[in-house]
Amino acid sequence: MPLNLDQIARIARLSRIEISAAEAAQTRDQLNGVFALIEQLQAVDTRGIAPMAHAMDLTQRLREDVVTEEDRRAAYQAVAPEVEAGLYLVPRVVE
Amino acid sequence: MQWEVVIGLETHAQLRTNSKIFSGASTAFGAAPNVQACAVDIALPGVLPVLNRAAVACAIRFGLAVGGAIAPRSIFARKNYFYPDLPKGYQISQYEIPVVSGGSLAIAVGQNDGRYEKTVQLTRAHLEEDAGKSLHEDFHGKSGIDLNRAGTPLLEIVTEPDMRSAAEAVAYAKALHALVQWIGICDGNMQEGSFRCDANVSVRPKGSDKLGTRREIKNLNSFRFMQQAIDYEVKWQIERIGDGGAIEQATVLFDPDSGETRAMRSKEDAQDYRYFPDPDLLPLEISPAWIAEVKSAMPELPAAMKDRFERDYQLSAYDAGALTATLATARYFEDCAAAAGAADVKTAKLCANWVMGELSARLNAAELDIAAAPLSAARLAGMIRRIADGTISGKIAKEVFDALWAGEAQDADAVIEARGLRQISDTGALEAIIDEVLAANPKSVEEFRAGKEKAFNALVGQLMKATRGRANPQQVNELLKQRLTGE
Amino acid sequence: MIKASLRELSAALAQKKISSVELSTLFLERIERLNPTLNAFISVDRDKTLAQAGQADAAIAAGGAGALAGIPLAYKDIFCTEGWATTCGSKMLANFVSPYDAHVVQLLKAAGLVTLGKTNMDEFAMGSSNETSFFGPVRNPWDTAKVPGGSSGGSAAAVAARLAPAATGTDTGGSIRQPAALCGLTGLKPTYGVVSRYGMIAFASSLDQGGPMAKSAEDCALLLSAMAGFDPRDSTSLARPVEDYARDLDQPLAGLKIGLPREFFAEGMADDVRAAVDAALAEYRKAGAVTVEVGLPNSGLSVPAYYVIAPAEASSNLSRFDGVRYGHRAPEYSDLFDMYCKSRAQGFGAEVKRRILIGTYVLSHGYYDAYYLQAQKIRRLIADDFAQAFEHCDVIMGPTSPGVAFDVGAKSDDPVAMYLSDIYTIAVNLAGLPGMSIPCGFGAGGLPVGLQLIGNYFDEARMLNVAHRYQQATDWHLRMPEDI
Repeated sequence: MPLNLDQIARIARLSRIEISAAEAAQTRDQLNGVFALIEQLQAVDTRGIAPMAHAMDLTQRLREDVVTEEDRRAAYQAVAPEVEAGLYLVPRVVE
Repeated sequence: MQWEVVIGLETHAQLRTNSKIFSGASTAFGAAPNVQACAVDIALPGVLPVLNRAAVACAIRFGLAVGGAIAPRSIFARKNYFYPDLPKGYQISQYEIPVVSGGSLAIAVGQNDGRYEKTVQLTRAHLEEDAGKSLHEDFHGKSGIDLNRAGTPLLEIVTEPDMRSAAEAVAYAKALHALVQWIGICDGNMQEGSFRCDANVSVRPKGSDKLGTRREIKNLNSFRFMQQAIDYEVKWQIERIGDGGAIEQATVLFDPDSGETRAMRSKEDAQDYRYFPDPDLLPLEISPAWIAEVKSAMPELPAAMKDRFERDYQLSAYDAGALTATLATARYFEDCAAAAGAADVKTAKLCANWVMGELSARLNAAELDIAAAPLSAARLAGMIRRIADGTISGKIAKEVFDALWAGEAQDADAVIEARGLRQISDTGALEAIIDEVLAANPKSVEEFRAGKEKAFNALVGQLMKATRGRANPQQVNELLKQRLTGE
Repeated sequence: MIKASLRELSAALAQKKISSVELSTLFLERIERLNPTLNAFISVDRDKTLAQAGQADAAIAAGGAGALAGIPLAYKDIFCTEGWATTCGSKMLANFVSPYDAHVVQLLKAAGLVTLGKTNMDEFAMGSSNETSFFGPVRNPWDTAKVPGGSSGGSAAAVAARLAPAATGTDTGGSIRQPAALCGLTGLKPTYGVVSRYGMIAFASSLDQGGPMAKSAEDCALLLSAMAGFDPRDSTSLARPVEDYARDLDQPLAGLKIGLPREFFAEGMADDVRAAVDAALAEYRKAGAVTVEVGLPNSGLSVPAYYVIAPAEASSNLSRFDGVRYGHRAPEYSDLFDMYCKSRAQGFGAEVKRRILIGTYVLSHGYYDAYYLQAQKIRRLIADDFAQAFEHCDVIMGPTSPGVAFDVGAKSDDPVAMYLSDIYTIAVNLAGLPGMSIPCGFGAGGLPVGLQLIGNYFDEARMLNVAHRYQQATDWHLRMPEDI
């Protein structure tokens, strides 16, 4: 089921990737090529098969509740686009 | 038309751990911005989460406390959305399989004659991470992002749409607030955001079994606001439908200044969180042995303790409920009752009255927690013993209480001695005082004899005054009556 | 020296025949001379490298330094290295100087290896030709008109051209093995969980695995022994005892059962690749191994399943690149939403964006079951196929790549054609198994051909033994391209 331009616009918005009209058409065609490949999966009968989310069938290891991290704000914020008073600045968040 | 209100609550309780749910950064409140945001919390490229054992233990504790089912295997998923306080662009949460399913919480709603009890069913409780905070002031029109809170462990507790009024919602929230503190998994500090509620509110014609469209009121961080917000929202929804409008599903915020709710700015697109199992985290397995271990360390729960208070101390359901409102109150009462001699149910009732009455009023006035009460349960018990054995009257006890509260003396006996507050119960001594009082108040005696019952009370008042309240009131009544009528 | 094995370099350093500073300088000079043509490195920092080499020399002189101390090593630019730009081949991270070291980097530094530089790669490891890098394509040292493979193309080209004695790579769908094959190297992707992913910038978390890329199986064994190990910071890191992966290198191969998946030897493999692979199998039979046919009936579904699972995970993993805390932020924007959209549109290249969009789509409401869940079920079928195959053999062999290195630009406008170049390698990642590629001859244009070895879980030492014995009997791995 091929994707249309509305769907491309919607997933681009969800992905927070700006996409021009010209790019959208090209992306649609390329994605439809990829989905033609992916559609092969639909023909397989997988009833009763447990999905495999991890390469190893293991369970979560737990961390002891100990504070191990110290303040490294200066080092971390050295690579930040915009900071002030220890805060990361962004365009105003409107709720 | 008669309307029925339907409310379900989602509560985020911050769990009392030292470190964050997926990193080793501190969860302490109030640090300078971003100094407790480690590489994992700010989502540097390449970092990975590892689950905190203590956060899971809190969830198990909660599950046991509400009688929910604890999943032997639960899954962490990613909830994907972009927001500046969400550094990874997804929140790690539990989606399809939460750690706790079901369970319930008993609540008491209303006061006195209008009081009733009810059970709220829980849908689920799941573990997730908190987001950071956006600060909106003082940055030349920009927002500042503090990620210290990012990664703080949360237990999100979701109810069925079981509540039918703001009062029920508040009663549930209070009961839950008390419970999470009772079992030690949350500090309950609502100002600091440790306990936050979202209310899903809808209305429907009475008798309908179809749910109306709900609006979700976000981030209610006080019980008073919850009451106000729901009341306003219900009124708004009923008016809107009455005007022929329809309710649209929405997320709304409560503005405490205006007392109104308003819909959040509409999102750029309908949310689609694209949940999927987090490939960085493996399934969480909780063994029966672990559950048993948590169970064995669990304090007696409020409901069980309330039943026990009613049974062992012969307290009313109301008293037992009030005394088990918080673990600290219950502990104080039990310590007091034990020291005062609780084998006597009258003494136990005295303890209950003093804890719920004078002590509670004084704590409220001083804005103190019972754990910080200036007089210990043992001291209060010392005073209650003296009431029980007739050394002081209940009225005199107030003076003793004041002295103990003010820290004037080590115990009630010292106050009684120092101030000469011992009750006068000696018949001879009382009769002598009665003689004096009658002699000094011939007018009142006249009036009483003329049939004015009130005059009797005036004479009792004079008697008490003459003894500075120490006369045994029962004896005074009897002896005075004998003197005035028995002649 | 540039041809020397790690053992030879180790001996020369220990015997003070050469210092680490001299050895590092030698490679830095080759990089300076040849990198402008190959574009194998994104970052080189002579001062940092030589300072670290000086420390290694001091440690060697003081005694007690590890066997690999003083040997220069190139890191794929996906590994966070403190104080070095760590770009992941992306404009998004072009200015990102990592404030911390990946676990692998910590281990290798502690072993005394000297950081020679950061190698070019497909952007966020998404590609099979190293053409998606923001820093330009890498050239294959065997023929600079050809791609080196990807995504660890820079590491492959660097080692093949002897700009580094060895390098690290990562492999999500073949990104170590395919470039190793196309550049005539030995590369190993370990069992999932053997090498910590902490500090390795995530592409598809359930598939990503770091590993060594070197001139020989022996070198890979030594490097893997230093790279592998339990890391409490990675929930998927396996708590296993430390292994010496070189312990079984010399074991005889007599009786070795080699499984040949009939699906790998059907159509699709180029004739020159087939000839080289067949010759390698003949060599193994000569050494006493036997070959048996096995079936991997669902392996044909591995590419479509992979192109659901990997983009899904990637779409989420790459959400953190939002221009808020690090990375590219658009110079102009109208509001927060616009800042996100522009920063990400500008910071990511076309292939990365494509995969994010695919991933977003397959996870979105209404499509999750049909795509993502279905792909995960097929992933299990693929893993089960391997489990059955390993009941009949010790190691599986086949081609690494369907053809030899292709021309730069040949597939860059056709994503599907590009995706199919990983057709033999992807199933291994889906199953979480260890896989290797070793040089086994040359095909059209004198370009290297790789033989793929697939082992059962945790059979790395055995696979390295199987590869090493072959390399004792052949010299394909010793061949090197003419200096460009």
